[in-house]
Amino acid sequence: MKTKKISKFAQTNLITYGIAAAAFIVVEIMLLTGSMSSLMEGLLVPLCTYAILAVSLNLTVGILGELSLGHAGFMCVGAFSSAFFSVCVGDAFGSDLFRFVIAILIGAVTAGIFGLIIGIPVLRLRGDYLAIVTLAFGEIIKNVINALYVGRDSKGFHISLSPLTLEPDGKMIINGAQGLSGTPNDSTFIIGFILLLMTLFIVLNLIHSRTGRAVMAIRDNRIAAESVGVNITKYKLLAFSVSAALAGIAGVLYAHNLSTLTALPRNFGYNMSITILVFVVLGGIGNIWGSMIAAVILTLLPEMLRGLNDYRMLIYAIVLIVLMLFNWSPGARTFRARLKEKVGRHKQTEEVK
Amino acid sequence: MSFLSYLINGISLGSVYAIIALGYTMVYGIAKMLNFAHGDVIMIGSYVVFTMASTWGMNPMLAIVVSVIFCTVLGVVIERVAYKPLREATSLAVLITAIGVSYLLQNVALLIFGAGTKSFTSVVPVPALRLAGGALTISGETIVTVIACIVIMIGLMLFIKKSKSGQAMLAVSEDRGAATLMGVNVNRTIALTFAIGSGLAAIAGVLLCSAYPSLTPYTGSMPGIKAFVAAVFGGIGSIPGAFIGGVLLGVIESLARAYISSQLSDAIVFGVLIIVLLVKPTGILGKKINEKV
Repeated sequence: MKTKKISKFAQTNLITYGIAAAAFIVVEIMLLTGSMSSLMEGLLVPLCTYAILAVSLNLTVGILGELSLGHAGFMCVGAFSSAFFSVCVGDAFGSDLFRFVIAILIGAVTAGIFGLIIGIPVLRLRGDYLAIVTLAFGEIIKNVINALYVGRDSKGFHISLSPLTLEPDGKMIINGAQGLSGTPNDSTFIIGFILLLMTLFIVLNLIHSRTGRAVMAIRDNRIAAESVGVNITKYKLLAFSVSAALAGIAGVLYAHNLSTLTALPRNFGYNMSITILVFVVLGGIGNIWGSMIAAVILTLLPEMLRGLNDYRMLIYAIVLIVLMLFNWSPGARTFRARLKEKVGRHKQTEEVK
Repeated sequence: MSFLSYLINGISLGSVYAIIALGYTMVYGIAKMLNFAHGDVIMIGSYVVFTMASTWGMNPMLAIVVSVIFCTVLGVVIERVAYKPLREATSLAVLITAIGVSYLLQNVALLIFGAGTKSFTSVVPVPALRLAGGALTISGETIVTVIACIVIMIGLMLFIKKSKSGQAMLAVSEDRGAATLMGVNVNRTIALTFAIGSGLAAIAGVLLCSAYPSLTPYTGSMPGIKAFVAAVFGGIGSIPGAFIGGVLLGVIESLARAYISSQLSDAIVFGVLIIVLLVKPTGILGKKINEKV
C-alpha cells in the first residue's frame, strides 16, 4: 500500500518535470536551428514568469484552498525590490550573474515577508471576504508604489510619497508613476527555466511533505484538522508566504526582462491577479503541471491570434466562457459521459473480437 | 466651506457606488456569486445612452429608459447563457466565467465604439444649487444622484418586504433548497434579481458618466470593484448595508483625495476596508454566521 502511494507521487512528479524538460529541449532545439521567430523568442522569459506565477498561486488556491486575488501584488513587491537593488548596485559586483542571484534572493525574501505581514490579518477571514481583502492589498501595493519616490544623492537615500528635490549629484531611482528605469536585462530563458524548475521542486516537495499534508488537511476540513492538533495559523501562513515568495521570484524575472518598470494596472493590478487565477483554474485546481501548461497556452493564445488583432481578446473571452461551460454545465457533462461510454463500449467489443 | 463641498462630492460619488453596490449585493445574496461583469454592464448602459442621446439626438430621458431596458435584458441573457448552467459548479468556476463575461463586454464595446474616450454630455436637467451667497455650489448631478439613490433603496426594500417576488428572493437567499421545496421558482427568482441589478447598473452608469463625463470601454471596471468593496464594507447581502457602505466609501475617497493625496486615495479606501473587515469580519451590517461542525 505504502509503496504504491509513493510511486503515485513519483509519477506525478515525473510527469511535471518531464513536461518542463521536454519543453526546454524543444525550445533549445528551435533556438539552435533558428526556427523560432523573434516574437516567440521574446516571449520565452514571460512564459517562464507566468508559469512560475501560476504554480505559486496554485499553492494558495489549490493546496491551501484560499482564493487570493492579490497575487500580482507580491509579484510587484518582488519586481520593485529586486530592480531597486540591481539599479543601486550597478556594476559594483563585477559579475552580472552574481548580482542577479542576489536580486532573486532579495525579491523572494521581500515578497515572502510581505506575504507574512499580509497573511497574518488576511488569513483570519474566509471565502469571498478573504478574496476581496487580498484584492485590496494588491491594489494598495500598486498604488503606494505609484506614489513612491526614492532618490539617492551625497546625503544618502531619500524616500518620500511626494516628488523629491535632490542635491545636484542626486539620482532618482523610483520616480513615482514613471517607475524605475535602467534595470539591467539579466533575465534569460535559461535562468528563467532554472527558476521554474526550482519553483516546481519547492512546491512539489512541500505538497508531499508532512507540512503539505497538514496544509491539505486544513483545506479539506479546518475544524477536523484543528481537532487533531494541526496548528492552523502556522501552516496557513507558511503556505501563503511561500506562495508569495515564489511570486516575488517571478517578479524579479519580470523586472529584469524590461528596462523600465512601472506599476500599471495591466501588469500589477487586479487584472493581472485574475489572469494568473485563470491559469490556475483552467489548468486544474491543485494540479501543478496543469497550471504550468495553462499558463503557457493562455499566454501564447493571444499572441498566436495577433493576426486577428482586434478580435483576439474577444476570442480569449469566449474561449474562457466556453471552456468553463464545457467543464461544468450539466448538459456538457452528460454529453461527455455518453461519449466516454461509447468509446468504452467500442473498446469492449474490440476486446471480445 | 471647501470641506463641505468635498463632503457633498463624496456623498454624490458614494451614492453612485451605492446604486451599483445594491445590484452587487442582491446578486451575491441570492446567487452566491461574485458577478465581476456587473461593472461592465454599467459601461454598456452608458454607451447606450451616449449613442442614443449624443449621436442620434434622442431625448435624454427616453434614452435612459431604453438603456435601462437594454441592460435589464442584457443581464437576464448573461445569466441565462453563462451563469445558469453553472449553478451546481464550484464558485471558482462561476467566478472565472464572470471574468470571461466581463472581458467579453469590454471587448465588444472596444470593437463597436473604439478605444478612444467619448465625452459624455450630462443628461441631468436640474440646475446647480447655490447656497451661502455662491460660496457653496451643489451641482444638479449631485442632487439627482443622491435623490435617485435614496428612492431606489427605499423602493427595493419595500419591494423585498411587501411583494411576493421579493419574499421569494429573501427565501432563496436564505436557503435555496428549502425555498424550492416551498414552491419558489428559484431560476425565475435569480433571473429577476439579475434583471433588477442590471437595470440599476444602467441608471448608475448614466449618473456616473454625467458626473465624470469620460467614457471608455474600461469605465465600468474600477467603479465596479469599488462598489463591490462598498457592498462588502456594509455587509454583503444587506441592502441598507450597501447604501451605508457606498456612501461611506465615496466620502472617504473624496476626503482622502482632497486632504491627503489624490494618488493614494484608492489605497486609503482599500486600507479602510481591510481595517473594517478585521474588526468586523462580515461588514458593518453583516450577520454573523455560525460555523457548523
